[in-house]
Amino acid sequence: MTDTTMTLDQKTGQQAAAAPKEAEMPPAIRPATERDPLRARIEDFSFYYSNGFQAIKHVDMPILDRKITAIIGPSGCGKSTLLRSLNRMHDLYPGNRYEGKVILEPEGENLIGPDADPVLVRLRVGMVFQKPNPFPKSIYENVAAGLRVRGIKKRAVIDEAVESALRRAAIWDEVKDKLHGSAYDLSGGQQQRLCIARGLAPNPEILLLDEPTSALDPIATAKVEDLVQELSETVTIVIVTHNMQQASRISHRTAFMYLGEAIEFGETAQIFTNPRHPRTENYITGRYG
Amino acid sequence: MTMATEGSLGAAVQTDQTAFDAVRRAKQKDIVFATGGLIVMAIAMTLLLTLIGDLVIRGAARIDYGFLTSYPSRLPERAGILSAWVGSLLVMLVTAFLAIPIGIGAGLYLEEYARKGWLSNFIEINVSNLAGVPSIIYGLLALGLFVYGFSLGKTILVAGMTLALLILPIVIVSTREAVRAIPRIIKEGAYGLGADQWQVMWSYIIPAARPGILTGAIVGLSRAIGETAPIITIGALTFIAFLPPAPVTPDFPLISFAWLNDGFTVLPIQMFNWVSRPQEGFHIAAAATGVVLIALTFTLNGIAIWIRYRLRKGYRN
Ligand SMILES: Nc1ncnc2c1ncn2[C@@H]1O[C@H](COP(=O)(O)OP(=O)(O)O)[C@@H](O)[C@H]1O
Ligand SMILES: [Mg+2]
Repeated sequence: MTDTTMTLDQKTGQQAAAAPKEAEMPPAIRPATERDPLRARIEDFSFYYSNGFQAIKHVDMPILDRKITAIIGPSGCGKSTLLRSLNRMHDLYPGNRYEGKVILEPEGENLIGPDADPVLVRLRVGMVFQKPNPFPKSIYENVAAGLRVRGIKKRAVIDEAVESALRRAAIWDEVKDKLHGSAYDLSGGQQQRLCIARGLAPNPEILLLDEPTSALDPIATAKVEDLVQELSETVTIVIVTHNMQQASRISHRTAFMYLGEAIEFGETAQIFTNPRHPRTENYITGRYG
Repeated sequence: MTMATEGSLGAAVQTDQTAFDAVRRAKQKDIVFATGGLIVMAIAMTLLLTLIGDLVIRGAARIDYGFLTSYPSRLPERAGILSAWVGSLLVMLVTAFLAIPIGIGAGLYLEEYARKGWLSNFIEINVSNLAGVPSIIYGLLALGLFVYGFSLGKTILVAGMTLALLILPIVIVSTREAVRAIPRIIKEGAYGLGADQWQVMWSYIIPAARPGILTGAIVGLSRAIGETAPIITIGALTFIAFLPPAPVTPDFPLISFAWLNDGFTVLPIQMFNWVSRPQEGFHIAAAATGVVLIALTFTLNGIAIWIRYRLRKGYRN
């Protein structure tokens, strides 16, 4: 906790010159607001699993609008836990507890507040999982699933949304002739891009990706990385990865987590070339993790 | 230096030798176990096939059109199983109509909606235990509750309700198991799209669990069709020379439920009744009834296997 504050204060100390009312803003989000609009703010966020284990400890983190935010850190540090909090996935299992705030901008709505409905949150914040998990249905129905959930029934509307999502996920050309074939007949990489298309089809405000390439071969990985970069022009992306090259290649901001804390957050180039915290430096130079 | 190399080489060779020996020993154990299993299985299968074979040899020749379309009779050569198979069919209809929707509903509720806690654990243990309760106990319960308590009489409806109670645990347990077997990431994927619990249930859980649920329902029915004890307990008739009113009528409502309140007999009771007669002709008729009953049970199980196979395939493709 103290580590976090210290690092973030150092950083803001460097970049504070242009900000007029910096003292009133929480230190963690200050560098972001100067240049980029925010899509969400994670504020003093903690998470407890049902067994009482505190997996996230007082994390502060800005999520920039239509940028890629990467979360890196050694395995077990709470990356997935944090990501899954953003669309209330933990609510599926009883006994889990959130503390603090996840504010969706510009409305200022607290996604984990007592009156935020998890189902409505998930309508706005989509998710792509570590292992491709297409539904046992056709390719078309997989992409249409999110629209059907929203009660959209018009064939023409769904047709159009399916095509556009598949195009945005850069898989249209590969599947356009077998839209009604099973999603299970696709390769792992294609399945993952299909899952991205499925997440995109209902036009979420934020798309969460939890190590989306860890089950893929290098070529499929490259395709998904290109895709994520292209998508960031239109949708806000938070991606968890244990692959540091991937984070440095594709993300705009990087957060380094360690044992449930956000140790350092900043521009990706800065985190990788000039980390301010010794733990970050140890991690990115491969001294542990 | 040379010494060291030779030493390590020797050690390596030795390790290999031990490893090979271990593998060989494991293989020998496998062979012994497989042979043992084969022998035990052969004995069990021979016994089963002998029983069925005996029944078929004695009874198969007796099955003809007349046997299936005649009422029981005092004369063994004229006796048939018309009232018994119609009774079995109607009772099964009631059983299926009650046990399948209630059992599936209860299973889905327990697995997806009920809060996990001591209460749901308690219910789970008890449902599993109920599946093992001797069937005659269900008969006693039904006799006290349905026949005397509710004064429903010794009817097709009561028999169907009794057998429904009997197979309810089977349907519930298989529904829960089928739901539990759905991968977590599929459910999370659906919830992640913003689906609510009802949507996830109808569009994802039920379709994916369908093969398991249907298999459980059919296995339950094929158990019910052969049950004798509870039906005798509630007082099924053993000699019936009439059919219940037809469920389809020529007059206006076109559908009639009068058959529900009729007396009845079923195949296993007909068989039981004939076995206890002294005449050899009735023993042959009993064997023939047994063949019909076994054929029905096998058919139901065959349908279950076929459904599972077809739906599994559909699920993949
Ligand atoms: N369902 C759970 N119940 C209790 N502890 C959990 C659960 N899931 C994960 N954890 C713990 O929370 C910590 C963070 O896990 P996770 O977020 O999956 O890490 P990461 O994604 O960074 O590898 C780990 O110590 C893990 O053991
Ligand atoms: Mg993880």
